[in-house]
Amino acid sequence: MTEANTLPSGRTRLDRLEMRGITKRFPGVLASDHVDFDVQAGEVHALLGENGAGKSTLMKILYGLYHPDEGQILLNGQPVTIASPTDSIRLGIGMIHQHFMLVPTLTVAENVALGLPSSRGALTDLDRVSKRILELAEIYSLKIDPSAYVWQLSVGQQQRVEIIKALYRGAALLILDEPTAVLTPQEVDELFVIMRQMTRDGHGLVFISHKLHEVVEISNRITVLRDGRKIGTRPTSEITKQDLANWMVGREVSFAPDRGDVKCAEARLQLENVACGSDRGTPGLRGVSLELCSGEILGIAGVSGNGQRELAEAITGLRKVTSGKVLLEGRDITGLTPAEITDRMLSYIPEERMRDGMIKDFSVAENMILREHTKMPYSRSGLLNLREISRHADELIAQFHVKTPSHDTLAKNLSGGNIQKVVLAREIFRTPRVIIAAQPTRGLDIGATEYVREQLLEQRRKGVAVMLISEDLDEILALSDRIAVLYEGQVMDIVPREDATPERLGLLMAGVHPEESAPVVK
Amino acid sequence: MISDLLSVTVLIGILASGIRLATPYLYAAIGETFGQKSGVLNLGVEGQMLLGSFAAFYVTFKTGNLWLGLLTAMLVGALMGLAMAYVTVNLHAQQGISGIGFYLFGLGMSELLFQSLMGSVETIQGFPKVHIPFLSDIPGIGEIFFSQNALVYGAYLLVPLAWFVLNKTTLGLKIRAVGENPDAADSLGVSVARVRYFTIILGGTLSGIAGASLSIALLNVFQQGMTSGQGFIAVALVYFGAWRPVGVLGGALLFSLVNSLQLWIQVLGIPIPSDIAVMMPYVLTILVLVATVSRVRAPSALSKPFERED
Repeated sequence: MTEANTLPSGRTRLDRLEMRGITKRFPGVLASDHVDFDVQAGEVHALLGENGAGKSTLMKILYGLYHPDEGQILLNGQPVTIASPTDSIRLGIGMIHQHFMLVPTLTVAENVALGLPSSRGALTDLDRVSKRILELAEIYSLKIDPSAYVWQLSVGQQQRVEIIKALYRGAALLILDEPTAVLTPQEVDELFVIMRQMTRDGHGLVFISHKLHEVVEISNRITVLRDGRKIGTRPTSEITKQDLANWMVGREVSFAPDRGDVKCAEARLQLENVACGSDRGTPGLRGVSLELCSGEILGIAGVSGNGQRELAEAITGLRKVTSGKVLLEGRDITGLTPAEITDRMLSYIPEERMRDGMIKDFSVAENMILREHTKMPYSRSGLLNLREISRHADELIAQFHVKTPSHDTLAKNLSGGNIQKVVLAREIFRTPRVIIAAQPTRGLDIGATEYVREQLLEQRRKGVAVMLISEDLDEILALSDRIAVLYEGQVMDIVPREDATPERLGLLMAGVHPEESAPVVK
Repeated sequence: MISDLLSVTVLIGILASGIRLATPYLYAAIGETFGQKSGVLNLGVEGQMLLGSFAAFYVTFKTGNLWLGLLTAMLVGALMGLAMAYVTVNLHAQQGISGIGFYLFGLGMSELLFQSLMGSVETIQGFPKVHIPFLSDIPGIGEIFFSQNALVYGAYLLVPLAWFVLNKTTLGLKIRAVGENPDAADSLGVSVARVRYFTIILGGTLSGIAGASLSIALLNVFQQGMTSGQGFIAVALVYFGAWRPVGVLGGALLFSLVNSLQLWIQVLGIPIPSDIAVMMPYVLTILVLVATVSRVRAPSALSKPFERED
């Protein structure tokens, strides 16, 4: 159905896009240093690098959000100027941002129509937009309901809306900025199917990621950036994961952290038939029973939205438990306030670290005493002991290798990895008995991920009971001693690590007991 | 004495003046709805109303032309809006604070102009009642709804119009998007600045009309500080109405009916201290806000200045 020069969406293909000698300076930083990059129709070109390596800067220049200080962009050999997103959209370049550019309170169709001229002049033509969305959805096998509100959609579905939005605007070349960072393994697979179809149809794709196995799986070529400079470009078939990692980080990286032996001495945290609601008013947990031992990491696997968030919040007292009991070291903590629960030495590394894990506009030092700020030595009779707080912060900064100009720096100015280190430092330093870690490495680069995982294992070695809630199956498999799979608010099964394979977990995550053939019916 | 309130004539009177008194609330609060929907909190409504009120009265007083007076009020409101837009959009001002500044400016300026241009309280012949054939003649209903002046009808027509613009036009879509996620709108080539300029100037214009409706349609007089907090109540009504024109209408009617009731209580000489009676709408504002404020979510970007770059 595709002619040589036309994409299925009806737009002409872009054979080749080239960026030459792109340089971009920010105050004090050379974000992009004479970088060459190109992408051709029908290929996935992966852009790989640690956070801050300059991947996003380069792509924001291509999309017209930043303007380069030097260098030029050529489209099919012709130099073009891209001054704003409007220009890049017109040239057929689309971008799927890492943080979705969607308006949650609007419908899918309204999000797609936003900013476009309407066939009815001043009036919206959402019925026609919806029709075209369904056409595109059909062509590209993207299941989507144009009349659904974006806030109702899962993260994977929202990403599809972003892709449709770009295709609707005639994108021939698509930049995907860390599209898998927020997806579950299943959603990643679905995305890859879509990406493969798009390249077959003649689209060119730029895939930004720091997850090596994904890059190796999906891309045709790989360009590695480090500190704003291009390290090199290679066909994917000619390079190994280990080489890539070393290239990217600039040193040897270990993939298999040392685990040490399990020693389960006592049950630290017990959940007995815990049920609670969810934000959408539907049941969040429906009778979860679990036991978390000292010195173990219990992995909680599951497809996003199956009760992981509710589980963490029910345990930490942030969500009302409607029935059942939570016991911490044998004592009933159901219904206690979050402060009372954390005072019993339960630490929490929340999923939304920027929202729930810290206060963006507070300094690093202040964020480090958020939990303990009412206690000695950080305060006395309501007065903060600023000297002690600073000293404490400096100690933690050194101990946890937080990269920050000073302890007075505002948390929001740190990179994602360093923000997580601040949270980690605060939660670990108080020598907790139990740690609930929710998606602790989501969105972090390889170096920071490695560090966080090491710290969790270190805590386990010290006998702390660690619950690791993660949608990254590789992470669950690498760290956990036992793995519980959540499905629709219930524990499908708890599998010892030795018996856990991605296939078995995958089935459980889909609600299927391996020994059964039919999905569990509620 | 209380039973006086229950006679048919008095009830019709209360309802008719309640309908009429909602007029300034409606203009101002619908204008504010547009602003807030696009993410801009304008606390200067009261000041815009005061200047609009004076401008309308003065021009009408001098020229005898009500429509010219109204147009002047709109222009003055629009200019105040333009200034507000520059301060909030270009200078990224704290909207809560700059709004209070604009209120004080309007308050002081209207007094100054009144003192230097007029000096004494005058009255004029305001917008006359518009008689609508057949409708105005229905007993009761006609007196309550259809014996009002042009500005009153206009205020009520504005409600469906505002709903239509917000929900059925591309402009409305842009306004809603800019108020919820300006980054998303920006990434699609929608000019956040242009949309906000539009809504703030529109809000100013409507506040100007709101002021004019007091001085040349309802009370037909200009006095210092005559809006007596109605602009602030209009801002509260936007919250009360959950950012929906219909909700704003409900809130405006509630307040104007209570206001009308307290006026009639005073007229009929019912022994409730007049201070208490006058207080009623304001007490109601507080109660209603306490009861409703957490019920619905405000536009996510409300009162946040927008800046590209991250």
